[in-house]
Amino acid sequence: MVKKVLEGSHAVAEAVKLCKPDVISAYPITPQTHIIERLSEFHADGELGNCQFIRVESEHSAMSVCLGASLVGARAYSASTSQGLALMYEVLFNVAGLRQPVVMTTANRALSAPINIWNDWQDAISARDSGWIQLYAENAQEAVDYTIQAFKIAESHDILLPAMVCIDGFVITHTYEVVDIPSQEDVDAFLPKKVPYLPLDPENPIGYGMIGTPEVYEETRYLIQETMEKAKKKIVEVGQEFEKKFGRPQGGLIDTYKLEDAEVAILSMGAILQTMREVVDNLREEGVPVGLIKVKSYRPFPKDEIRKAVEGLKAIAVIDRDISLGHEGALFTDVKSALYGSGERPLVKGYIAALGGRDFPETTVRKIVDDIIKVAKEGKVDKEVEWPDLRREIL
Amino acid sequence: MASKVDMDFEGLASGHRACAGCGAAIAVRLILKGTGKNTIIANATGCVEVFTTPYPECAWNVPYVHSLFENTAAVAAGIEAGLKALGKKEGINVVAIAGDGGTADIGLQSLSGMLERGHDVLYIMYDNEAYMNTGIQRSASTPYGATTTTSPAGKVSIGQETRKKFVAEIAAAHHIPYVATASVGYPRDLINKVNKAVNIKGPKFIQVHAPCVPGWNYPESKTVEIARLAVETGLWPIFEMENGVITSVRKIKEKKPVEEYLKAQRRFAHLFKDERGKKVIEEIQKLADENIKRYGLMD
Repeated sequence: MVKKVLEGSHAVAEAVKLCKPDVISAYPITPQTHIIERLSEFHADGELGNCQFIRVESEHSAMSVCLGASLVGARAYSASTSQGLALMYEVLFNVAGLRQPVVMTTANRALSAPINIWNDWQDAISARDSGWIQLYAENAQEAVDYTIQAFKIAESHDILLPAMVCIDGFVITHTYEVVDIPSQEDVDAFLPKKVPYLPLDPENPIGYGMIGTPEVYEETRYLIQETMEKAKKKIVEVGQEFEKKFGRPQGGLIDTYKLEDAEVAILSMGAILQTMREVVDNLREEGVPVGLIKVKSYRPFPKDEIRKAVEGLKAIAVIDRDISLGHEGALFTDVKSALYGSGERPLVKGYIAALGGRDFPETTVRKIVDDIIKVAKEGKVDKEVEWPDLRREIL
Repeated sequence: MASKVDMDFEGLASGHRACAGCGAAIAVRLILKGTGKNTIIANATGCVEVFTTPYPECAWNVPYVHSLFENTAAVAAGIEAGLKALGKKEGINVVAIAGDGGTADIGLQSLSGMLERGHDVLYIMYDNEAYMNTGIQRSASTPYGATTTTSPAGKVSIGQETRKKFVAEIAAAHHIPYVATASVGYPRDLINKVNKAVNIKGPKFIQVHAPCVPGWNYPESKTVEIARLAVETGLWPIFEMENGVITSVRKIKEKKPVEEYLKAQRRFAHLFKDERGKKVIEEIQKLADENIKRYGLMD
């Protein structure tokens, strides 16, 4: 393992290189570009072995190339974001339906209109029902570690689903951090060469992509859902294996921080957790009983783990950097539905903030914590969803 | 390791669900004789996909994938790239098969990308000149004057009002080693061209004229006859272009008037009813004559 100061994108590129993909296919889009530029440099210097780097004419084709490559047994990787991910949308479902373990990085970014190149999660959240595993990284180190784990999870023959590592655009992709880059030897031992499952091969002709009539279509959905349930266990197992090999507790479905004696908790995903953690530390010094819940795997959604984590809490604040327009934040909905079937449960309130790259400073987090403490004290949620950083003066 | 024509190879099993007399089914059967069995097929959504793959049945005796409508060229490119990366490409033909909607319209961008990037893929467009699978809607490849369900002939419409987009010429503009047109009316020519194409490295494109019984509206016994009339009138030019230069054309021995081709199909029946139709037929004759001149179809 070597500690390096690396831009998040370059760290991801290093991780991808260590995973020895057979085929990379991508189309440039901000803020994903630095990942594929660095991979292009590796390729140009002959550092990617026999890897075929296919620079396509669209994201739709990027994911289609990955699909074709995966079908013949190759390990395939792509990276995209925002409009690009939206253009891929149709292919995302197709890759999952054909059970191909493609791995991609999503450098999370807002969706147009208005055009906005900055960070929120609307892109990946909008693809949440596609059958892709979605892991959210808090920092560059997690981006590296989840990337390596993603291939292993996806390619397991009891899973065979595609996996997306979501990293916040600019906040992770364009900032420099100290990152532990594992050795090739260790990654090779952790992630051996892909073992193809029923590849397209003239020696043994099989067909993919048959018509699923009403007699069989529903069962294909059921099987993916069943596998998603299995993937929860697999994600935890692979995380434990990773820790054993690399000495870092990295992986699993959720994490908690200072939750033991907490009365309220703030729950979210991605890079804003860093700020939230700071605020929790500061408030703890002030004697405020607040803790943190971090969702690492958004799909499959860690329902049981969240139920367990919130036991004994009075109220939780769910922070969404996305919105299901016409309803509420997607993570908020998911957390509430996860808790609905449990016995005693805390009050839950949703906060939509930091959309389209809006800064998410400690003051916003404090505002949210103050509000959720008020909810806990009053014992009721008077308004389900707040927009704590909304600029009402420009509406 | 050259691929040889294998006339005994039935790559498309019997029992598929195509209409009697289906031009596309004839095309696919012939294509697979030209490629031989060491072939992987990527197929677009469309008639061929629908009539060959009702789960759990599959009519393909070669490895086959249907992904989506517009990404067939990209999926084929991925198959080729994957095989290359794994050191398995040698001796395997990667062939994309898509209809005119999946090629001239929604798949044109992905086709262009694949051709431009130089993948060792043969892309075959079976051209039945409309969206037949969804019920005969017009495509960019529907010929001038044809009635379809979305370009119906009416009081103020002659049917399709635009000229057929010619994808073979677009493919040739990518400076690729091999472009050809063919017709199910000339089976041996199609088989030979497919075989020639798979033995050339790099991107190849073949556009096969494939009459459609319900879409063109003619008796199912007439598919080959109508396919040949398209060639004999000059409306469907058959040629090969190698590295941008026309290297062979199927000559027309005795030119037939376009009426003979048009009157054999109900999709043009409205043109024979009035003066307006007569003018359209004159225009179609001009298109045929233009083809004859442009491609040197007559000595």
